[in-house]
Amino acid sequence: MRAVITVVGKDAVGIIAEVSGVLKRRGVNIVDITQSVMSDLFAMVMMADISACTVPFGALADELADLGRRLGLDVRAMHEDIFNSMHRI
Amino acid sequence: MLNTLDILETIKMITEEHLDIRTITMGISLLDCASEDLGRCCGKIYDKVCRRAERLVAVGEELEKEYGIPVINKRVSVSPISAVAAACGGGDFADLARAMDRAAAAVGVNFIGGYSALVHKGMTDADRRLLDAIPEALAETERVCSSVNVATTRAGINMDAVSRMGRILKETSYRTRESGSFGCAKLVVFANIPEDNPFMAGAYHGVGEAECAINVGVSGPGVVRAAILRHPGCGLTELADVIKKTAFKITRVGQLIAAESSRRLGAEFGIVDLSLAPTPAVGDSVAEILEEMGLEVCGCHGTTACLAMLNDAVKKGGVMASSHVGGLSGAFIPVSEDAGMVRAAESGALTVDKLEAMTAVCSVGLDMIAVPGDTPAEVLSAIIADEISIGVVNNKTTAVRLIPAWGRAAGERVVFGGLWGEAPIMPVHTGSPAAFLARGGRIPAPIHSQRN
Repeated sequence: MRAVITVVGKDAVGIIAEVSGVLKRRGVNIVDITQSVMSDLFAMVMMADISACTVPFGALADELADLGRRLGLDVRAMHEDIFNSMHRI
Repeated sequence: MLNTLDILETIKMITEEHLDIRTITMGISLLDCASEDLGRCCGKIYDKVCRRAERLVAVGEELEKEYGIPVINKRVSVSPISAVAAACGGGDFADLARAMDRAAAAVGVNFIGGYSALVHKGMTDADRRLLDAIPEALAETERVCSSVNVATTRAGINMDAVSRMGRILKETSYRTRESGSFGCAKLVVFANIPEDNPFMAGAYHGVGEAECAINVGVSGPGVVRAAILRHPGCGLTELADVIKKTAFKITRVGQLIAAESSRRLGAEFGIVDLSLAPTPAVGDSVAEILEEMGLEVCGCHGTTACLAMLNDAVKKGGVMASSHVGGLSGAFIPVSEDAGMVRAAESGALTVDKLEAMTAVCSVGLDMIAVPGDTPAEVLSAIIADEISIGVVNNKTTAVRLIPAWGRAAGERVVFGGLWGEAPIMPVHTGSPAAFLARGGRIPAPIHSQRN
């Protein structure tokens, strides 16, 4: 199963390192990553393979959301199918 | 790889535009709970709801986490109780509602629908017993919702049932007077009631339905309004396309959640309901969509035309997005649950008469409208008859959920809280239709019901 992890907020040093640190600890492999910074607004989208994730998906999503709160960012992990259903016919 | 902008669009819809799954409703057949002993029937109902819906709330929460979209309500609908309990000998039919209420509390759902009777052509003894018990059932339970189908396009209108519903509304209003007559908010009178509607208070599990089915309702007035906001001044044809595309995306999420929840719960995939269901939250209003389309205020001339176009575009976009569309599927215009409708009603721009006209082009009917507490039963019945005849003649579902607010007059307010919102008490016409209602009997089915 693949998840889409999004990080949106004010740009700062080390955002990717923090997020990928959590993913590494939980056995999640990053498949693809794109990011853009537009006038201080940081937006990163990661595609991650969570089939070997060591915790339930809900727990991973909570952990990333907590990290986001600490960093003042909106961090979400969502099953890729919600985006596939909405944007692909 | 998915397009970043598409991903961010979805997240924006959820975080800023109130996109959510309004309800995952599990329909459960109770037809095998019949018993000659009412107490035994109640026991069977409780056991079956608890068994079938045991994991409903947990699965809803699981999906919410995994897909990152709020699932607001998890609910249960059951077979019409008047049919389930038809075999029961003596006893109080309100006990059946108490059993449903206990079962709903045990599985953790906030509402259970199906305390219902289908009386469009006539009443069985059990239907009469159920109707008599409705005021007590609604006053003494917290989670039970009731619906009564008084007409169909094929059968015509059972005016005796319509008259009775006016009196039932009055009694329910009185019995729940301490809570703003809230009991009436849990009672819907229908024409052409759908068997697979996931939305309360009108949800019930039809007799033609599967043993257990999942029906899902999505919500997206805020998303549609935001999409229209991004297209100021465009022509109506283009605007219809904007609404269609948005409705498609919203419905796809409903389809995904319906498929996944039915798989995990071991139930049939029933339907996705395409309705635009507003909430009292600012920006999640159908009235505001109509105003964004170009009306100064919802209720002004032009409102019916805007609503007709909106309703049609939502259906066209949604139909392709789901394998099974059903339920009510249209724009809801409940007054108390829609901040824009409340504002328009309070300013006098939106009247009961205009709302009635609006229901001719959308689902579902006169919904969550508070009227003066001293409105006579005959006037309530006549409002029901008018609305029901729109459904019967136009071959569509219409419904009435009126709240005669006991002890209060037009211009006052009644507050229900939460998703139920608050309602200004709207004036109704005072001329008496009593002699018309006293004629009794049935209004015959319209000529175009003869389709065979």
